[in-house]
Amino acid sequence: MKVTVERADLLKSLSHVHRVVERRNTIPILANVLVRAERSQLSFKATDLDLEVIESISAEVSPGGVTTVPAHMFYEIVRKLPEGAQIVLEATGDRATMSIRAGRSRFTLQTLPESDFPDLAAGDMAHKFTLAAADLKRLINKTQFAISTEETRYYLNGIYLHTAGSAKNLTLRAVATDGHRLAQVDLPAPAGAEGMPSIIVPRKTVGEIQRLIEDMDGDVTVELSPAKIRFTVGSVVLTSKLIDGTFPDYGRVIPHANDKLLEVERRDFEQAVDRVSTVSSERGRAVKLSIAPGKLTLSVTNPDSGSATEELEIVYEAEPIDIGFNSRYLLDIAAQIDGDTAVLKLADPGSPTLIEEKGRHDALYVLMPMRV
Amino acid sequence: MRRAGFVSEMLGFCRDCLADNPDRVRRCRTCGSPRLVTHPQLAKLAIAHVDCDAFYATIEKRDNPSLRDKPVIVGGGKRGVVATACYVARTFGVKSAMPMFQARRLCPHAEVVPPDMAKYARVGREVRALMLDLTPLVEPLSIDEAFLDLGGTERLHGMIAAKALARFAKEVETKLGITISIGLSANKFLAKIASDLDKPRGFSVLSPEEAPSFLAPRPVTFIWGVGKVFGETLARDGYRTIADLQRADETELMRRYGVEGQRLARLARGIDQRPVSPDRETKSVSAETTFATDIADQRTLERLLWELCEKVSARLKAKEIAGTTVTLKLKTADFRLRTRARSLPAPTQLAAAIFEQGRELLAREVNGTQFRLLGIGISALTGDEDADPADLVNARAQRTAAAEHAMDRLRDRFGRGAVIRGRSIED
Repeated sequence: MKVTVERADLLKSLSHVHRVVERRNTIPILANVLVRAERSQLSFKATDLDLEVIESISAEVSPGGVTTVPAHMFYEIVRKLPEGAQIVLEATGDRATMSIRAGRSRFTLQTLPESDFPDLAAGDMAHKFTLAAADLKRLINKTQFAISTEETRYYLNGIYLHTAGSAKNLTLRAVATDGHRLAQVDLPAPAGAEGMPSIIVPRKTVGEIQRLIEDMDGDVTVELSPAKIRFTVGSVVLTSKLIDGTFPDYGRVIPHANDKLLEVERRDFEQAVDRVSTVSSERGRAVKLSIAPGKLTLSVTNPDSGSATEELEIVYEAEPIDIGFNSRYLLDIAAQIDGDTAVLKLADPGSPTLIEEKGRHDALYVLMPMRV
Repeated sequence: MRRAGFVSEMLGFCRDCLADNPDRVRRCRTCGSPRLVTHPQLAKLAIAHVDCDAFYATIEKRDNPSLRDKPVIVGGGKRGVVATACYVARTFGVKSAMPMFQARRLCPHAEVVPPDMAKYARVGREVRALMLDLTPLVEPLSIDEAFLDLGGTERLHGMIAAKALARFAKEVETKLGITISIGLSANKFLAKIASDLDKPRGFSVLSPEEAPSFLAPRPVTFIWGVGKVFGETLARDGYRTIADLQRADETELMRRYGVEGQRLARLARGIDQRPVSPDRETKSVSAETTFATDIADQRTLERLLWELCEKVSARLKAKEIAGTTVTLKLKTADFRLRTRARSLPAPTQLAAAIFEQGRELLAREVNGTQFRLLGIGISALTGDEDADPADLVNARAQRTAAAEHAMDRLRDRFGRGAVIRGRSIED
């Protein structure tokens, strides 16, 4: 195998694939990236057995070949090579090494046979649809913060992607919750989504796809089966296992009937919560909302260090109520509201509160109160 | 400290009859006892460390006089370790925590008594009750050890702290039939050192004034909390003895070792400002059990785990605290220790929640391995006001919590056996 390639192309590609490779690996082959060269294409494949990324770039190839090298080391080498360099990769079958040459630098990496490299057999993907990257970004960005990290309830460790609504008004819906807060975002269902299985996309996969589409427009192709999902983003193909579990019946906990409505300027609210929570000793302690007609008083009391209060003008006409929330959770949600005005729908100090952007119903958040 | 007029005249007193004696007499002028306490600062010192002498063994001897002059070892079964060796057994080289077979080799004629923890705990509580008659500021360190702050009790007792302590030691001997050793100083660090100087039935006084010269020749590892590794670091940096630390500048030690450096600088000079605090902050709550015979079966282990979780939970609830990190502890038949920890998203005090985590951690370890010990603990403790918050998706969690609190109330009224959870009934 001999390949000549631009450093910039190689670096970009490796930066995508090397992240999938776990830093600590007990199985040596999983620390490696598969390098395949054929017909002026250089492609990489990396996997952690749950997630697989394949990316191809164009390169000068003669002759073709395939091998595997340590992913992180390969990436670091390429990263440190000078900008604009032409890089030559060369591997011969008889010595188990691959050389990397650029200018006067020369590296030799130990290889492992590609036959050892695991294949995340994708099987048949029965459903396929295309999403604008911006829409997928919205689905992910607005729900990701609520994904649980709790190992016991593994079925909450991802985004629940499914279709909702009537056949006429079908939406593609993403839901995430950790039991303290819940985020739900809807998109008009793209063609091909109807009849798709309801799936849970794992947190790591969500993070990887988020990075891949971070600064791109265009479309993302999504293919899925009950056990796997595949995203095709330009020349990158990411295939992931899904979480095998049952997502709870979240619809039950969305308090649509809450009738105490509070409207507040989103930015002012976010900044005020952030300010008063400065006196909390730990991240995410309770902030108390004392709500009265026209006026919201935010307060935090920390017996070890002091206290803080701030008043905000609000639109509120129901009876006064005092309710406490985890300040970090409140900030996380406030940050998701795009418009100027947030609406909080409250019931009582012990029941979940619904938060959404004024005049929009395609994204909603539910937050469990804290005792204050 | 305040000193009453009559006290300042006194130079010493007799530990047996409590009569005042002038300095330089060798025996009490009143009763003839040689057990005199003299110290120039005697009237100023009020912080004591009280340590029961060979606690378990002494209790066993008390309850079985035929053991009185024999070497007695309290320890577990045929494969346990020495819990306590009496002073006779110690002359043969038997020490606490020594494997039993080794102790038996050193002292084959020793009487080995299996421990009766419930009895020792009862005597420990009796000792503590007598301590609380002296001062409310009692900080227990273990079942048989405590710090006492007698500052400001002189008028209450009509005598200086030193004498009140001597009277307390006599009282423990006559009422409970066990002996204690007392270290008296002006702070916890020095008091603890003092109590070790004279044992058993000891009473030693170490004033802050004499502390620097007393401490100077000792190795740095003499300081509590300086173990082998830190001791080596210090030695590498040129601090071998406490004298080396005394010569060093506090700022320099702080720069090198952070807050620990500050602690070293001060302790080396005999300075310790930690108060005697009766409710020392709990860092973790745990319970463990060593099995009579090794266990490998998951269901059996789970049943024992549930009991331990209930124990831990009951203690959390009693103290109105909750914890976030659950740690499972297992010891294999060949004494390998395994600890596995997991953090919860929110603090809990519920047995069911601790058990849920513990059981999952346990499931990963069960593979036919024989275990001899199982333990469960919870740390990262906080008050219970934020514990077990309502959960959006798990309505059952709230019902479980409600059920557990209801069971707790029943037990409060009708006793522990009034209600038990189905899980803990043997099938």
